[in-house]
Amino acid sequence: MNLMTSIIMAFRNIRANKTRAFLTMLGIIIGVSSVIALLAIGQGSSKSVANSVNSLGTNLITVNITNTDTHFTMDKLNQVGKVYGVKSVAPVLSGRDTVANGSTSSQVSVTGTTSAYMGIRQLTVADGRFISSFDENNRTKNVVLGSDTATTLFGTQSPVNKSILINGERFNVIGVMNSKGGSMGQNSDDAVYLPFSTAQRLLKTTYITQFYAQADNQGDVNWAVNGISRLLSETYSSTDDYSVVNQQDVMQALSSVTGTMTMLLAGIAGISLLVGGIGIMNIMLVSVTERTREIGIRKAIGAKNRDILLQFLIESAVLSMLGGALGVALGILAAQIYAAATGGLAVYSISVMAFAFLFSAAVGIIFGVFPAYKASRLSPIEALRTE
Amino acid sequence: MTEPMISMNQIEKSYQMGENMVHALDHVSLTINDGDFLSIVGPSGSGKSTLMHMMGCLDKPDSGEYVLGGSHIDRLKDRDLAVIRNQKIGFIFQNFNLLGKLTAVENVELPLLYRGIKAKERRARALVCLEQVGLRERAGHLPSQLSGGQQQRVAIARALSGEPQILLADEPTGALDSRTSGEIMDLLTALNEKGRTIILITHDLHVARKARRTVSIRDGRLWEGEHI
Ligand SMILES: Nc1ncnc2c1ncn2[C@@H]1O[C@H](COP(=O)(O)OP(=O)(O)OP(=O)(O)O)[C@@H](O)[C@H]1O
Ligand SMILES: [Mg+2]
Repeated sequence: MNLMTSIIMAFRNIRANKTRAFLTMLGIIIGVSSVIALLAIGQGSSKSVANSVNSLGTNLITVNITNTDTHFTMDKLNQVGKVYGVKSVAPVLSGRDTVANGSTSSQVSVTGTTSAYMGIRQLTVADGRFISSFDENNRTKNVVLGSDTATTLFGTQSPVNKSILINGERFNVIGVMNSKGGSMGQNSDDAVYLPFSTAQRLLKTTYITQFYAQADNQGDVNWAVNGISRLLSETYSSTDDYSVVNQQDVMQALSSVTGTMTMLLAGIAGISLLVGGIGIMNIMLVSVTERTREIGIRKAIGAKNRDILLQFLIESAVLSMLGGALGVALGILAAQIYAAATGGLAVYSISVMAFAFLFSAAVGIIFGVFPAYKASRLSPIEALRTE
Repeated sequence: MTEPMISMNQIEKSYQMGENMVHALDHVSLTINDGDFLSIVGPSGSGKSTLMHMMGCLDKPDSGEYVLGGSHIDRLKDRDLAVIRNQKIGFIFQNFNLLGKLTAVENVELPLLYRGIKAKERRARALVCLEQVGLRERAGHLPSQLSGGQQQRVAIARALSGEPQILLADEPTGALDSRTSGEIMDLLTALNEKGRTIILITHDLHVARKARRTVSIRDGRLWEGEHI
């Protein structure tokens, strides 16, 4: 008997028993669709995390000084700037404060930093200019606005050369940055930037608790991190006094988390597909019993054991593949709905879909073998005797 | 001398039923020539169906020798028996045994399907067979949409479609009224006149007398002629 006829016959049998076929496939459908949906959502969120991490700036190293007894000064920061592999450094001093233009006010992040900050964080100027070394050296009361802050305070007007109040003190706006979007709890649009020295005076501190460094290139990141750590260890006796975090480490940690998650999902998927396979086997066994007479008739007419085996095997394979295909479709739908509802990202991978589909087909074939074998071994007379 | 179509020699078949053995076939010997029309009569439980299953290669004897069209059936494997059933034998059953999910023509195609014949040719040959039994216009009907007599005619068409030398009919009229069974018997007689070997199992002596030769079976033993 040829394959095509068997497949058509299998479809006919499935169509004749739609409800049962659906219930049989349900395990596979749920298994496959959950894999597809969860992986799409998982990969989507890890991609958006990666995007955020990258948008912080490439080859970024963040240093926090936690020891408040031994102060980290500008001189020491300049030494960090000379470490092999370090391209530039920028101190940051940030807090949240009220900024106001006339009667319009807003709570924003106020960041004191130097001119290098713009390059390190990959910001670009929309209007006017960023903080310069002149501002830094002269503690000018100049301020640069993030795009959201500019819109909040000035609407569509250009804020450049106008003035705002920060905590009641008057500052002159010298520039507006382009929008960059929020990332990892930091929104560079909802911010204002001052010269580092001005911010120090405003917040009444004289030392540095945090700075960013940028490595020359990706290959130099480790050199830079080691150099910075060595330099810091000259000042601080304990490694608890400071932390040097390299963005690549963060990425690696994140991707290992997603890796673990993917493994877990694959495990759950495997189990649910296994359960689905047992469901198929169960129904196929019932179907073999129910169709005993049919098997007898077919054998009397000349079907070989192999023909019967193939017929039942194809039926369970068709069932599971249909279930797999429906599962893929349902999974995409679920991920799409999730993405639309949460504004998140859903990333689909063809290889995951192909794998889930093939796996479900394999499950159908593997779990179909036993019922099909049972059917093929039925004695034709016994089968003809049953009513 | 031409070789007989069927030659059975000392065929034995028994079933264990709890304590006692049932001798369904007790040293049965029987020779049937090509083109014969044989009826087998006997009371219920006498072993008629068992004999037919044996002749139809659905079952193998416990002992004895069975030669069908030159092949020693008792020595063949299951696989070869399937081929012989497919090519040399057409079965007709009391309860028709059509596949309920297939249309009349698809049922008729089945023997050809297992012979690996292409769909187009299968359909054409099946339609010719349905024509022979006068059901050409019912080709697309499901068995449940046909009367008992029509279903049996479809079953006969199915038995014919593989062009077997032998038709084995186990009480083909058992489930039909007398008029319809008359039609079925006329069909079988006509087929025999065209040269097919027909073996007919029946309770009904009227039916049995349509055959050219009758054998009787009782408690698994076979006699030539009517012994009821
Ligand atoms: N699979 C089996 N297991 C046990 N006994 C069996 C089996 N098949 C047949 N028999 C027994 O063999 C004997 C002959 O059975 P068979 O079916 O050949 O009778 P029959 O002549 O066809 O009867 P009927 O006219 O009622 O169809 C019976 O006693 C029956 O009980
Ligand atoms: Mg019987």
